[in-house]
Amino acid sequence: MSGRVLLGLALAALAAAPAVLPPFFVYLLALVLVTGLLATSLNLVLGYGGLYQFHHGVFYGIGAYTAAVGITRLGWPVWLAFLAGPLAAGLAGLVIGFFCVRLSRLYFGMLQLSLGSFVWIVALRWYPVTGGDNGIHGIPLPPVLQTLPGAYALVAGAVVASLAALWAVVRSPFGLTLQAIRDNPQRSEVMGVDVRAHQLAAIVLAAFFAGVAGVLYVALERSVFPSMLFWVLSLEILVMCLLGGWFTFSGPLVGAAVVVGLRTLAGRYTEYWTLVLGVLLILLIFFLPEGIMGHLQQRWKAYRAPSARPATAGDVRG
Amino acid sequence: MDAAAVLGQLVVGLSRAMILFIVSAGLTLILGVLRVPNVFHGSLYMLGAFVAWTVAEAVGSHPASLWLALAAAPLVTAAVGLVLERLLLSRLYHREHLMLILFTFGVMLVLNDAVKLLWGPTYRSLVPPPSLQGAVTVLGVALPKFNLVLLVAGPVVGLSLWLFTHRTRAGRIARAAATDRDMVAVLGVDVSRVFGMAFALGCFLAGLGGALVAPTTSITLGMDHSLLIDSFLIVIVGGLGNLWGALAGSLLFGITQSVGLLVWPQFAVAFPYAVTAAVLLVRPTGLLRSAW
Repeated sequence: MSGRVLLGLALAALAAAPAVLPPFFVYLLALVLVTGLLATSLNLVLGYGGLYQFHHGVFYGIGAYTAAVGITRLGWPVWLAFLAGPLAAGLAGLVIGFFCVRLSRLYFGMLQLSLGSFVWIVALRWYPVTGGDNGIHGIPLPPVLQTLPGAYALVAGAVVASLAALWAVVRSPFGLTLQAIRDNPQRSEVMGVDVRAHQLAAIVLAAFFAGVAGVLYVALERSVFPSMLFWVLSLEILVMCLLGGWFTFSGPLVGAAVVVGLRTLAGRYTEYWTLVLGVLLILLIFFLPEGIMGHLQQRWKAYRAPSARPATAGDVRG
Repeated sequence: MDAAAVLGQLVVGLSRAMILFIVSAGLTLILGVLRVPNVFHGSLYMLGAFVAWTVAEAVGSHPASLWLALAAAPLVTAAVGLVLERLLLSRLYHREHLMLILFTFGVMLVLNDAVKLLWGPTYRSLVPPPSLQGAVTVLGVALPKFNLVLLVAGPVVGLSLWLFTHRTRAGRIARAAATDRDMVAVLGVDVSRVFGMAFALGCFLAGLGGALVAPTTSITLGMDHSLLIDSFLIVIVGGLGNLWGALAGSLLFGITQSVGLLVWPQFAVAFPYAVTAAVLLVRPTGLLRSAW
C-alpha cells in the first residue's frame, strides 16, 4: 500500500521536475535515471541471478555506439538507430553470455572481462568507424531532442517503462526461477530447470536494457566515448548495485544516484571526489553490508513485524 | 618480415611479460592464500613507480640511485598493504568475494587520489643511470639494456618466490593455509599473521613491478588501469594461486601482444584478450592447477 503511494509520488516528482527544477538539476536527474537503469539492468543478473557480471558496461557501450555509428556513419534515421542500439546490445549479450554461462563464479566474471576488453579495444582502435579514443561527438538528433526538456522527457519515459518491464521480469515465473537458481543451482537443476538457459536469457535481457540506457545516454549527451566500455565503468556500476543494496529492486537506482550525485556535486568543490566515494564505500562495508536500501528494508520489516528475524544478505548466499 | 624485427619484438614482449609476471605473482599469492580479489593491486604498482621516481630524483645522479629506488618502492607498497590488511581487511575475510571487491575498489579510489594529491597529474619519467642507457647489439639487433635487466629480474623473482614458498617454514604454512586455513589454525598456527605476511609480500611485488617498469615508460595517473585487468586475467588463465601459472599467463600475454604488433599493430592490444578468452573456454580453470 505505502509502496504504491511512494511510487505515485516518485512518478509525480519525475513529471514535475522540468517545471520546478533549474536546468542543471533536470540534466543531473536525467543522468541519474540513465545510470540507474544501467545499474538496475546489471542487478537482474547480479542480484537476482547471482552471476558475476563483471563487464556489464560493454553492453551499455555497444548500445550507445550502435546508435551513434548508425546515425553518423550509416545515415540511419534516429528512431531506427535508437531501436538498433538495444537490439545490438542484446545480441552481444547472447554471444558473450553463451560462452560465459559455461563457467562458474569468478571464472564467469573473468571470461566476461577478457571478452569485454576485446570489444573495448575494437571501439578504441577502429578509428574510421568508432572515432577511436576521441569517440563520436555532436551526433545530430531531431530538434526536439536537442532541447533539455525534450531529452529529459524521452529519458524519463523510457527509463520508467524499462524499470516497469524489469520489475515485471523479476516478478514473473522466469524471475522467480532465476532467484531459485541463484539460491541453489544444484537443486534447481535436479528439479528440471535448465539453469544455463535461464541464466543466458537473463544476460540477454540485462544486456538489452543496458543498451536502452546506452541509447538514452546518446539522446542526453549526443556523444559516445570508449570509456563507456572500459572495465572501470563496469566496476563502478557493480559498486552502485552493492552500495544501494543488490538484494532489493530499487537499491541500484539509489546507488547510481549516490555515485552520480557525488561525482557531479562534490566534483564542483573538489577534484578529489573519488576519495570521498572510496571512504564512503569502505565505511559501507563495515556499517551497512546490505547496502542502503537493503538496510532500510530490514529496518522497515523489523518495524512492521518486530518478532520476525530480518533476512540478511548472508541468508541467500548460494 | 625480417628476423631482426621479430627478435626485437620478442625481447620487448618478454620484458613486458616479466613485469606482468612480477605483478601477477603478487596478485596470485594474495588470491591463493587469502582468497581476496585485490582490486587495489594496480594502485600499488602505480604507487611503486611514483615512489621509485621520487627516490631516484632525491638521490640524484649517483650511480646507485636506480637500485635504491628499486629497493625503496616495494618496501613502501608492502608497508601500505600491511597497514591496510591489519587495520581493515583482516576483519573482512569471512565476507563473500563481491564485498571484498567493493572494499578493495574503495581503497583503490582512495589510493589513486592520494597519488594524485602527492604527485599531481603531470607525467614523470625516470632516466636510468648511464650504465643502463642505450642498447647492446645481439645478432645485429639493438636490444635496450634495461630490457635485459627485466629479463633477468623476472626469473630471479620467480625463483626466490619458489624458494620461499617451498623451502621456508613460513612459506610452507602459507601454502597450507591456502589449501585449508581452518586445519592450519587447528594445528596451532596463527593464520592471521601468515595472512598479513602473505598480503604484504603480494603488495611488495606490486610495488617492485611498478619500480621496474618506471624507467621504461611514462609514470602517470592511470598507468594502473590496463595492468590491473591484465594481471587478473593472467592469474585466472594461469590457474588461481599458482606461481608458475602466473608465469605462463604472463608469457602468453607478452608474446601474443608482440605477435599482434608484428601482424596487425592497430589491434595488437586485443590479441591477449582473445587468447585468454580462448584458453578459458578450453580450460575453464586455467592452464595449471588452481590452488582453490
